[in-house]
Amino acid sequence: MCFRRAWLVALLFALGFALSGTSAEAASLDEALAHFTADDFSETVEGINEVAAGGSPRAEIILRALQNDQLMFSAERKAVYIMDDAGKLTDAASGRPVVGAAPADLDNVRINNRLRGAIEAVLGGLTLLASDPGARFAAAQAVFKSRAAGTLPTLETAIAKEQDPRVKRALMEARAAVILSVADAKDEDKLAAVDIIRQRGDQDALGLLSSLPAGTSPRVMKAASAAIAAVNNRLIVWSVVQNAWYGISLGSVLLLAAIGLAITFGVMGVINMAHGEMVMLGAYVTFVVQEAIRTKNPELFDYSLAIAIPLSFLVAGGIGMLIERCLIRFLYGRPLETLLATWGLSLILQQAVRTLFGPNNREVGNPSWMSGAFDLGGITVTYNRLWIICFALAVFAALLALLRFTRFGLEMRAVTQNRAMAASMGIRTSRVDALTFGLGSGIAGMAGVALSQIDNVSPNLGQGYIVDSFMVVVFGGVGNLWGTLVGSFVLGIANKFLEPYAGAVLGKIAILVLIILFIQKRPRGLFALKGRAVEA
Amino acid sequence: MTHILIRSLDRGATIFLIVVAAIAIAVPVLNLALPDSAALHVPTYLVSLFGKYACYALLALSIDLVWGFCGILSLGHGAFFALGGYAMGMYLMRQIGTRGVYADPLLPDFMVFLNWKHLPVYWYGFQHFPYAALMVVLVPGVLAFVFGWFAFRSRVSGVYLSIITQALTFALMLGFFRNNFGFGGNNGLTDFKDILGFNVEAKTTRAALFSVSCVAIMLGFLLCRAVITSKFGKVLIAIRDAEARTRFLGYRVESYKLLVFTLSACMAGIAGALYVPQVGIINPSEFAPANSIEAVIWVAVGGRGTLTGAVLGAVLVNYAKTFFTTGALAPYWLFMLGGLFIAVTLLLPRGVVGTLRHWTAPWRDRASAAAEDGVTEPLPAE
Repeated sequence: MCFRRAWLVALLFALGFALSGTSAEAASLDEALAHFTADDFSETVEGINEVAAGGSPRAEIILRALQNDQLMFSAERKAVYIMDDAGKLTDAASGRPVVGAAPADLDNVRINNRLRGAIEAVLGGLTLLASDPGARFAAAQAVFKSRAAGTLPTLETAIAKEQDPRVKRALMEARAAVILSVADAKDEDKLAAVDIIRQRGDQDALGLLSSLPAGTSPRVMKAASAAIAAVNNRLIVWSVVQNAWYGISLGSVLLLAAIGLAITFGVMGVINMAHGEMVMLGAYVTFVVQEAIRTKNPELFDYSLAIAIPLSFLVAGGIGMLIERCLIRFLYGRPLETLLATWGLSLILQQAVRTLFGPNNREVGNPSWMSGAFDLGGITVTYNRLWIICFALAVFAALLALLRFTRFGLEMRAVTQNRAMAASMGIRTSRVDALTFGLGSGIAGMAGVALSQIDNVSPNLGQGYIVDSFMVVVFGGVGNLWGTLVGSFVLGIANKFLEPYAGAVLGKIAILVLIILFIQKRPRGLFALKGRAVEA
Repeated sequence: MTHILIRSLDRGATIFLIVVAAIAIAVPVLNLALPDSAALHVPTYLVSLFGKYACYALLALSIDLVWGFCGILSLGHGAFFALGGYAMGMYLMRQIGTRGVYADPLLPDFMVFLNWKHLPVYWYGFQHFPYAALMVVLVPGVLAFVFGWFAFRSRVSGVYLSIITQALTFALMLGFFRNNFGFGGNNGLTDFKDILGFNVEAKTTRAALFSVSCVAIMLGFLLCRAVITSKFGKVLIAIRDAEARTRFLGYRVESYKLLVFTLSACMAGIAGALYVPQVGIINPSEFAPANSIEAVIWVAVGGRGTLTGAVLGAVLVNYAKTFFTTGALAPYWLFMLGGLFIAVTLLLPRGVVGTLRHWTAPWRDRASAAAEDGVTEPLPAE
């Protein structure tokens, strides 16, 4: 009997020993959780830090619940629970469901914005060791921002283990940020940290370096101010590159919108105020194509633009030829009346689209190969902008080839230069007019496909571009496509470089004034036709 | 003086002036003297509406002067109209004084709202009516002069000029939409209380403003007639029909154009100034390029180069607009307006009044009448 009892006690002891690791952990977690039952913000902060420092596998679940207002406590039972979306309670420490009635005084653990920040920071520290590199990278970024001193040991472990160079870099930067904000770190460590931050070289780095805590040694301060200067220089260079990139992007859009206008104006001297509506029609063709694909076979979605481009060319071009045959050919020689008639037409087209598709913006999606972005040095290049630049240049090249190498192009150039002479050489000028107008409108339609990727598709889409395209044509001069190319890129880049100094609106006004002054010098644009054609 | 008047008044012009004068007297009388129940009583809202039409008619006159007689198609006359309106609006704002929401004796409400401490310098003086009235004419006039000086000197003409004028009004619209421009930004100027001490909302003030607008039309019409019947006017018509030939004959084409363009802008400014107290608001959308083009179509409907036609066209088109946009037909108004642009340019290039004159003229005179009306076959040299 005695023997048996002794054996039992020994067994229990052994069991106790085996379990002691987990029970010690559980005990610390329980202690940490006890802070949450105090219903006091500063106690809750203690709790958050202790839960995170305890290293329990439950820590993340508990903190996420706290973040989502799902962490409950009962002051009476001194217990903390997690309530899921369905309202079921589980014990926070063990994760076991609560059996029996819920405690009567169940209440949320309240948090405020300061606590949310603390939770973010602590969670960032916890996910530093996650298995997914993306999550680790995001966590490193979060720590870089929060600079929570408590994450330093975790960071060291994470850096030692990290294989991915990109994540490792982010982790190093995060560690540097933490070291710089800790007052008692060694100067050598801080200098190394300043160096790492300097290499990061963006706006965040600048913010970090210029807000070093008081009590930082002069040596570190000096290194930091040198780093700030270096980062500033780098940022200036990249902002120039960025503006140039945005300018080229805007220029390509202007090129697409203006090139059709330049053709019709150059050949026929006709100002087509409905040109913007052709762009708008092209965008709506894209919308219709995508709708059809969505309902019929969604797997074709990535090819929607490949279908929409030729279709919009045909639709807009067809409508353009119809307009020329039914309206504009009766108004030749009366350019001002043509302007008014096409303005009326643009009102009708806009209202027709508004009646058919509704006045609101329509959703046009990006195919997968056009969405996303990549980093190039200090700037972010989005794929849709990149593709639109390529597309604009391709359209330009194709048009140039058409004018240079085909019979139709030859006839078009002949009519542009001297209509009467071209007619007497046997060119059917009226046919050339109709085809030219169709071509110009068709290109506008294709521009609409491109614009649907970066702008809102609404009945007013064309209106936003019409004045700008006219400016391009006036600036570049008619009768020469190179004028349109140079004009659109010059205006695009000038616009984007003026914007940071003058603001978007004043920049635009400045451009308009500059153009008005420019045509003082060259009333017929950059690349003017010379000779008799000028007065025609 | 008298001989200019006699020269300006042919039979049509006299009839027109008499009709406008009759309306200027009849509408206020029918509004004020008759009781509300009378059959011929004109409700006050109609008086304001007619007053609005009258201002549009004056704007149309100013466009007809440059387009119908000098061939300058300005798509930016709405800008001059709106500038005149803003000048008047600034006067009316300063009259509010302490009756505003924030009861600031000096600053208009929107400036208090934007936390401005001082009145901007360009708002100085607008509490005096004579100064404001001067600015109504001067601001559009100076802008037109500077703009025209640049444009005409470098021989920007035809559609190029149209596009540049459109860009001008577009740029102004963008500017006036900004809050820090100092003109109330998006909301513009509104909540007016009184003009020259009279309450703007009062029936009598509205009737008086209507009469003043009609008188402005008559004066504007007389001025236009005086200009076009003078030697100066003959040169203008010559410029319209053959600019290069006129230049080769030794006339300084750009000076003629500049003068008539500036004069027309001043007229448009006055129209805008009369417009603002009657509608009670001026905001940047008045600068919208669409407004300016719409004003051009009024002239085209009535008949360019006829003056009476411009007035008639403005009233007709705007009456149609009021009629169609208030009923169930509202979604179709833009179709109608667009159709009007096309139909008039294609089928009725002389406009209503021009076509009537063409028909009533003796067969022999039609060719010369066509030249007077401003509809000529395009010349190969132009």
